[in-house]
Parts: sequence; C-alpha cells; structure tokens
Amino acid sequence: MELLLFNVFNGLIQGVFYALMALGLALILSLNSVINMAHGGFLVIGAYLAYTLQPYLGFWGALVAGPVLAGGIGLIVERVLIRPIYSRADPLYSLLLTFGLALIIEDMTRTIWGPQGLPLEIPDIINSPVSTEYFFITGYRLFVVGITAAAAIGLYLLMRYTLLGIRIRAGTRDLETTSALGVNIYKLRALNFGFGCMFAGLSGVLAAGILGLTPPMGNSLLMPSFVAIIIGGVGSLFGAVLGGLIIGVAAGITTTYYPAASEAVIYLMMLIVLVVRPRGLFGEEGLFE
Amino acid sequence: MTRVLSIGAIWLALVGLPWWLPLIGGYTALGSKILIYAIATMGLNIVLGFTGGLSFGQAAYFGLGAYGAGMTLKYLAPSTPLAILIGTLVGGIAATLLGPLVMRRRGIYFAMITIAIGQLFYFVMVRWNEVTGGEDGLAGFSRQDIHLGSLVIPLTATNYYYLVLICFTAAVAVMWALLQSPLGHTWVAIRENRRRMEFLGIRVERYVWAAFAVAGFITALAGTLNAMLFNFASPQDLHWILSGNFVIMIVLGGMRSFFGPLLGVIIFVVAQDYLSSVTGNWMTFIGIIFVLIVLLCPKGVLGLFARRTEAA
Repeated sequence: MELLLFNVFNGLIQGVFYALMALGLALILSLNSVINMAHGGFLVIGAYLAYTLQPYLGFWGALVAGPVLAGGIGLIVERVLIRPIYSRADPLYSLLLTFGLALIIEDMTRTIWGPQGLPLEIPDIINSPVSTEYFFITGYRLFVVGITAAAAIGLYLLMRYTLLGIRIRAGTRDLETTSALGVNIYKLRALNFGFGCMFAGLSGVLAAGILGLTPPMGNSLLMPSFVAIIIGGVGSLFGAVLGGLIIGVAAGITTTYYPAASEAVIYLMMLIVLVVRPRGLFGEEGLFE
Repeated sequence: MTRVLSIGAIWLALVGLPWWLPLIGGYTALGSKILIYAIATMGLNIVLGFTGGLSFGQAAYFGLGAYGAGMTLKYLAPSTPLAILIGTLVGGIAATLLGPLVMRRRGIYFAMITIAIGQLFYFVMVRWNEVTGGEDGLAGFSRQDIHLGSLVIPLTATNYYYLVLICFTAAVAVMWALLQSPLGHTWVAIRENRRRMEFLGIRVERYVWAAFAVAGFITALAGTLNAMLFNFASPQDLHWILSGNFVIMIVLGGMRSFFGPLLGVIIFVVAQDYLSSVTGNWMTFIGIIFVLIVLLCPKGVLGLFARRTEAA
C-alpha cells in the first residue's frame, strides 16, 4: 500500500511535468497551428539556462530567468523561422522545421554542457521531507505541484479575463475574422508561441530539480505530452492539463504492479481513448477531423 | 520514351552498383542501405505524397518488420525468405489494424496520432527485455543462405545487395501498378480535394486506410531487409527520429514524384554517412539541413528542376 502511494505520488509529479509541457504545446497547436517538435528543446534550454544562471541569481532568480529566457528564445525562433512558413497550407513544413530545431538544440546542449547528467541544487528550505512517515513527499515536490497549479490558474485567468487572452481565444476560433477586426495576429501568434515556450522552460527548471539535467530530457517528455493532448482533447487547455495528470498517475500505478509496462500503458490508454471517444475527453467535435 | 530510358538507366546503374560504388569511395552495404531506405520512403510516400496523409510515425512499421524478421531467424526458423515474409506481415498487419484510428484525422492531428502510436511499439521493444534484447537491441541472428532446391546461394554482402535490389524492383513494380490503377488515382484525388471526393460519394476514409496499410506493408518489408543487412534490430529502428528522417528524405527528393524519395534517400544517407565520419555534431548539421530544406526548397531537389524547366 505504501509502495502504491509512493508510485502514485511519483506519477503525479511526472504528470505535472507532462501537463506543463502539454499546456504550452496545446497553446501553440491551437493558435499557431504548429506541432512544436522542438518543445522538448525549449524545455532543455530553460533548464540549462537556469542551471547556468543559478550561481549568479540564486535558485529563485533562476526559476524565473530560465522560463523567461526560454520564452524569449521562442519569440526569436518564431519571428525568424516559423513566421515565414505560416502561409504554407501544408502543416508538414512546420513539423519538419521544428523537428530539425529539436535535433539542433539537443546536439548543441550536449556540446555546450556535456553529455553527462548535471544536478540542479535546490535550497534546503524546500528540499526537506515534510513528513517522516511519507518520506517521499518532500517540500520541493509539493512546491512543484503548487507552482504548476499557480501557472495553470494564472493562464486560465489570462485567457478568461484579459484582452490578450480573449484575442488568443478568438484567434483560435477564427484567425481571419480576428485579423479583420483589427488585431495584429502576427504579434498575437508571436506572443502565444513565446508563452508556450515559457511553459516548456518552466517545466524544464522544475523537472531538473528532481530528475537532474540531461540533454535528451526534453525529448523524452515530449511524446507523453502529445498523448496528454490527444487524451485530453485537442483544442482544450484544461484537457491537456488533465490528460497529463491522468497519464502520469496511470504510469505510476503501473510501475507498482508491472514496471516494464509503465511507459507503454500511456500509449495504450491513448489507443483506448481514440477508439471510445476519438475527440478526447474535452476535445471539440469536428476539430481536425 | 525518355521516361523509359531514364528508368532503364537508373536500374542499370543500380545493377552495376557493387562495381562502381567502391571506385568512388563507397561500400556495398551503403548501397543496400540506400535501397532499403528507398523502399521505406517510397512506401511512406504513398500516404504522404500521394494521399496527403501526414504520417509521421512510419518508423514503427519499419521497426516491427525488423524485429519480426530478427525474431523469426532467432526463435523460429533459420530461413531468410520466411523472415522477410513474417516481418512484412507483422508490420503490415499492425498498420492495417491501426489504420481505422487515424483515417478520419487530417493534417497535424493525423501526424500527432501517428507519432504517438509509433512510440507504443518503441516502448514495447525497449522494455520487453527477455525477448527483444531491450535497449541493446535484438542481436544473435544472422541472415541465412538461400536454398533453391539443390542450389545454395550464399548471402555475401554483394549477393545480399542483389536480394535487396530484387525486393526493391518488386516493391517499385507493385507501387507503380497501384498508383496507375483507379485506386491510385483516387488517392491523388483525395489529396487534391478531400471534400469534393466526399461529395462524390467516395468513402474517403477507406481509401486513406488502404494507403496507410499498403505503406505499412512496404515499410515493414524494408525493415526486414534492414535487420538482415546488419544482422541486428535496434530500438532506434522504431524511434520517431527515424520517422522524421524518412519524411525529410521524401521532401528532400520531391514528394510529388514517384522516384523523388530515392533521390532524397541517396542525398540524405550519403550526407549522414559523411557527416558522422567527420564531425561529432552531425545531428546539428542534419537539423540545419531540415531547416534549410523547409525554408529554401520545400519542393525538393526535383521541384527545383521542375521550376527551372517551367521557367525556360
């Protein structure tokens, strides 16, 4: 029982990373119509920049700087590489472009910081276990859940109540009309892409505190985030978060009983969802069909 | 007429490859690898280029073919033709069974689902240690000499190349015949205007399914040949990185053309072989190739030539 609880909690933490990744991916997918294969790359950029800046800024500074810089680099990438190909109707090209970027970022990370894993130091205040009985519930893990919840709620409030959020949602529905109503959709899409990359960066910094830093860490989190979106439903941010948490916990439970299947199980769940409810839990009917 | 001549010339060049490739610094196995990837990408191009379905997880069926062939040789029977047959069936049937899950989707959603489904097989092969060799890959099998009655053909590197060439020729003939048939014309029509085909009463989804299944069988065939080329099946054979490489090879050559993928494969495989021998950062260069192709020559090398002749 203790083992199950341990694994469920671990799975939940893993699911939190999937959810953060999926949230950024879903933002970019819906407004920019791009499957960002380089999303794992932005996660790695955020994590490694936080690691590099930590000696100067401290943990808290790095926690902010990593995601913000990842978002900033996302803005540049969007402006230089993605914007020229929005006009191509075939989504193949953005897929290939970001795929190439993913290869470049992973390889460059390996060259700059080395292939071996690096640890991210966490302040003692949040790193001690909060309970002696449940040793695995460290302060940091609760902190990760808290930050993620705050980020998700922040995004919800932004999308729901601010002008920017309303424009993003409108653009997702009908880009042409939004543009005709006087919204600068180029700026809007750029900002949205930057936001998405910021979420990837945040996921990277938080994950680095638990899993450590390795160059392929981003790409290994990327695929489960796709699954999170498919299970949650394309077009729904809430679905992406929920999908991430569900597959994380499912993987955790499977680890207890049949560890070898802990990765395969999330893809099996995806197949079941695709058979039973093709649009996903909260997806809109007819989108991309 | 020029078409027949150029195809004849290509085929003669391929037949003579074991003689001329070493002269320019290549080796026969590189030739085999190019033909194998050409089979895989031309198969994938039936979905990608001719039907317009963004299949981004094709490596799954390539890898299933590879593991199917490897396991047949290792656990079942030491026979090369049987390994090819079983491997092809395993990958092809998997694609056929999964087809209904993807056939309704379009565009990026089609891509996302095919990638994610591919990862299922990747993790099965990586984690099913006792049978598949896990992360280290499946080794401990080797291609067997072919017995034709009393005649024994030893599968040396050169002879194996010819076996691959025979499979390549057969696969090309099948795909060519399919694309010339009403089925093939329907695929192209779906790519050009899916909605109109629906209005005409065509069951578009079934045709997409058929394209996906055919592509699965042909890619799996390539996978079986790949496994026996190296006498090894690696989890990387199923990884989405390989899927992406397949797609870029097709785009590089020209996805609207039947033989475009062959050209893309030659350029890509030679470039990869060369880059990985001169720099440790070859992944970066491959990535840059991806970005440059997308930005500068989205219609591929053949597309460049087509534009020139149109202008002239």
